[in-house]
Amino acid sequence: MKNDFRKMEDEMDRLATNMAVITDFSARISATLQDRHERITKLAGVHALLRKLQFLFELPSRLTKCVELGAYGQAVRYQGRAQAVLQQYQHLPSFRAIQDDCQVITARLAQQLRQRFREGGSGAPEQAECVELLLALGEPAEELCEEFLAHARGRLEEELRSLEAELGPSPPAPDVLEFTDHGGSGFVGGLCQVAAAYQELFAAQGPAGAERLAAFARELGSRYFALVERRLAQEQGGGDNSLLVRALDRFHRRLRAPGALLAAAGLAEAATEIVERVARERLGHHLQGLRAAFLGCLTDVRQALAAPRVAGKEGPGLAELLANVASSILSHIKASLAAVHLFTAKEVSFSNKPYFRGEFCSQGVREGLIVGFIRSMCQTAQSFCDSPGEKGGATPPALLLLLSRLCLDYETATISYILTLTDEQFLVQDQFPVTPVSTLCAEARETARRLLTHYVKVQGLVISQMLRKSVETRDWLSTLEPRNVRAVMKRVVEDTTAIDVQVGLLYEEGVRKAQSSDSSKRTFSVYSSSRQQGRYAPSYTPSAPMDTNLLSNIQKLFSERIDVFSPVEFNKVSVLTGIIKISLKTLLECVRLRTFGRFGLQQVQVDCHFLQLYLWRFVADEELVHLLLDEVVASAALRCPDPVPMEPSVVEVICERG
Amino acid sequence: CFPDTVLIYTLSTARALTPQTAETDAIRFLVGTQSLKYDNQIHIIDFDDENNIINKNVLLHQAGEIWHISASPADRGVLATCYNRTSDSKVLTCAAVWRMPKELESGSHESPDDSSSTAQTLELLCHLDNTAHSNMACVVWEPMGDGKKIISLADNHILLWDLQESSSQAVLASSASLGGKGQLKFTSGRWSPHHNCTQVATANDTTLRGWDTRTMSQIYCIENAHGQLVRDLDFNPNKQYYLASCGDDCKVKFWDTRNVTEPVKTLEEHSHWVWNVRYNHSHDQLVLTGSSDSRVILSNMVSISSEPFGHLVDDDDISDQEDHRSEEKSKEPLQDNVIATYEEHEDSVYAVDWSSADPWLFASLSYDGRLVINRVPRALKYHILL
Repeated sequence: MKNDFRKMEDEMDRLATNMAVITDFSARISATLQDRHERITKLAGVHALLRKLQFLFELPSRLTKCVELGAYGQAVRYQGRAQAVLQQYQHLPSFRAIQDDCQVITARLAQQLRQRFREGGSGAPEQAECVELLLALGEPAEELCEEFLAHARGRLEEELRSLEAELGPSPPAPDVLEFTDHGGSGFVGGLCQVAAAYQELFAAQGPAGAERLAAFARELGSRYFALVERRLAQEQGGGDNSLLVRALDRFHRRLRAPGALLAAAGLAEAATEIVERVARERLGHHLQGLRAAFLGCLTDVRQALAAPRVAGKEGPGLAELLANVASSILSHIKASLAAVHLFTAKEVSFSNKPYFRGEFCSQGVREGLIVGFIRSMCQTAQSFCDSPGEKGGATPPALLLLLSRLCLDYETATISYILTLTDEQFLVQDQFPVTPVSTLCAEARETARRLLTHYVKVQGLVISQMLRKSVETRDWLSTLEPRNVRAVMKRVVEDTTAIDVQVGLLYEEGVRKAQSSDSSKRTFSVYSSSRQQGRYAPSYTPSAPMDTNLLSNIQKLFSERIDVFSPVEFNKVSVLTGIIKISLKTLLECVRLRTFGRFGLQQVQVDCHFLQLYLWRFVADEELVHLLLDEVVASAALRCPDPVPMEPSVVEVICERG
Repeated sequence: CFPDTVLIYTLSTARALTPQTAETDAIRFLVGTQSLKYDNQIHIIDFDDENNIINKNVLLHQAGEIWHISASPADRGVLATCYNRTSDSKVLTCAAVWRMPKELESGSHESPDDSSSTAQTLELLCHLDNTAHSNMACVVWEPMGDGKKIISLADNHILLWDLQESSSQAVLASSASLGGKGQLKFTSGRWSPHHNCTQVATANDTTLRGWDTRTMSQIYCIENAHGQLVRDLDFNPNKQYYLASCGDDCKVKFWDTRNVTEPVKTLEEHSHWVWNVRYNHSHDQLVLTGSSDSRVILSNMVSISSEPFGHLVDDDDISDQEDHRSEEKSKEPLQDNVIATYEEHEDSVYAVDWSSADPWLFASLSYDGRLVINRVPRALKYHILL
């Protein structure tokens, strides 16, 4: 074993020695080969350099070839590769020459690229390539941006021009939907492409580049909007909202893409603004339409009222006219509501904008359109009350009556109906204050009241004038013994009856004070009322102040003040009472200005009795007619130097004879 | 201190009332009665401001029932009436100038009980000759004149008279008449205190007209001034182009005669014909109206008055401090409003007028013969004065 180990050790030593010898040999060989190796390496380096040099020397021709072949990409790549070296060794004359050549060629290349870029026929992707290559050639980016945009501008302006041509000075232009479609696909589509390409190419340009694009989009966009607005303005007169809303929808929808792409340009906001403006204008248009419809209704009513009555064949009655007017206006309102409702339809792209969810519904539709219309209706109606021709000739009384009833109906039902309808259709959900129904109703009621009051005044005046003329033009001193009721009194009763019928068509009867059934039997005698006697008894003998006061107090007990123009209530009796009060008060004042002979007084007696016979049934409190007619007769008696009244029975006979 | 209202005096049916224009110390009104059956009278109503009582004297006016009365601005004893005379079943409205007994000119303060027995008669000075013209609607004196010039309105004629020989003779100086279709008839007229008293305004039907008394030619014409008959008019005493009118359309309108197309202001407070409108002589914002709705309304028309910013105090009268305060006050916008509605009457009020002596006092007369004397509310009076 030990031997074995020793042997092994010896062998190991021998091996070591061998190895050393081998190493030595190897080193020697290496040393011998070293020189050659170095030379080979050097040769390889020279070869590479030579190839590079060859490339460089061939570069101009290659570039030329590439340019000639149109392989611009290749050319740009070569140029890129050589650029640095040439730059480095440009101090060597031979390289300098190459560089100069290359520069010339590159310039030509760039020129050709630009040329291609400018020609533009090749479409956007290729253009983008051109830009890319030009950028790679180290052309200044800003200049390229400008050029790119200028080029895009050219194309977009063409789109705009074609749109403008469609706008045309004269119809037939394509309808608004077609127009916005063209604009959308042509201009807006183009703009989108340009923006996308720009952003892709010039992303490296940072905010300055983006700003340039935004300014570009803003400028062209505003020109586009101007055209769209001009087109939309042409639609203002039209009645068809659905087409308009669809067009607006397209318009708005198409602008969402560039809007998202170019938030800075504010295109989407501007588009929304345009849509809002159009919506507002539509509301105004509908308000005008409603007003015009109302005025049209009034004209129709006037014509119907003025139309000569064919004997035996009644024209449409007042109630019918009223129903026509009311239903016509209501249907107009509903049509308008339906038309503007399109703006808020769910499928419409702009309906979820805050304006259309809030302000449009509350301020626009509810306040502007509906409340505005009702107000204007009231105003129009009221304007009939202060027509300058105060003699009432301008406005037929029946129209006043009809309008008054219309306003009253609005107060009681229609307004709340319309507003409920509006609120349901346009879910109002903003904080703007809206006119409460009660306020509007109060306005309508006030209008109705003023109209009815005016009606009373006008009709009262008509009858007053008859009575007045009849008193003023007659010679009451030398009149003959009365045999008949004067024709004018019959006329008064006839007219009052006609008014009663007219008012009855539109207004309810009203409450009448219960009276003795026999009031028509009451006959006028001059001294029938004890009050009159006391009142006008001469008190020339100056009495003590005590007595005077007492007397006046007693008078106060008996007389109650009659308000000639007391507020009119909305019923027939109240209206008639007003008219009769005005008429009889006029009669009284006129009588007091005349002097009567005995027969004159008797004639007044007869006339008043006749009026009493027929007028009491029209008024709320027949005592009122008694009082006024009493006063008329008493005043006539006072204005008569020789007051011998007619026997009541005779008065009755004359009156019954008619 | 007495209450702002009310002294009521009742006589018989009446519609003619005037202050005793020439009297500037005592508060005195003349009222003419209207009766066809009894002798008519003129009641001289003296209001004793200190004791708040009324003294009266009665004068007989036997010529006929009095429709209009006006007092001379120069002579306390002279007055003119328009009266009806009925003869041969014809009614003639005449006008005459009268003189009252000397002792009544300044009122007598005897106990009223005695006066009944001693009803005195008016002395007739002259008739405003009515042979050519009948139906004298009213007589107006030249304001601030010597009481020698009067104008009467008869049907469609406007007649200017010179009173001569101590008013015992009336000479027709000049006249003019309305031409035109239909029966035109003057209802009322007033003599302007401005322009040297050369202008008169008249009302006929719904029209107001201005006349130059020197040439008797029309200066201006306000057609359809009111929707119905114009009953009365009055000149603003302090603003020369302003006048007020009232009529059967229940309205009171204020006009600038330089622009006659539109009234400056319209009041619509009465509910029946407005028969009378009168500016206060000193404070023209106070306007009085009487109506056949039996009401008298006192309005404050400050916005169109000569004192639109309140009373302008003379600089001498006030210290700087007060000056400052009054400036402040003057800046407040003053509103036109109705000051008061007087409801003491139960019949149509046909006449209202201010006292010529006390600017804060006025009288109104209704058909039933009730004369009511009222004062401007004290608060307003102090507001205007201070």
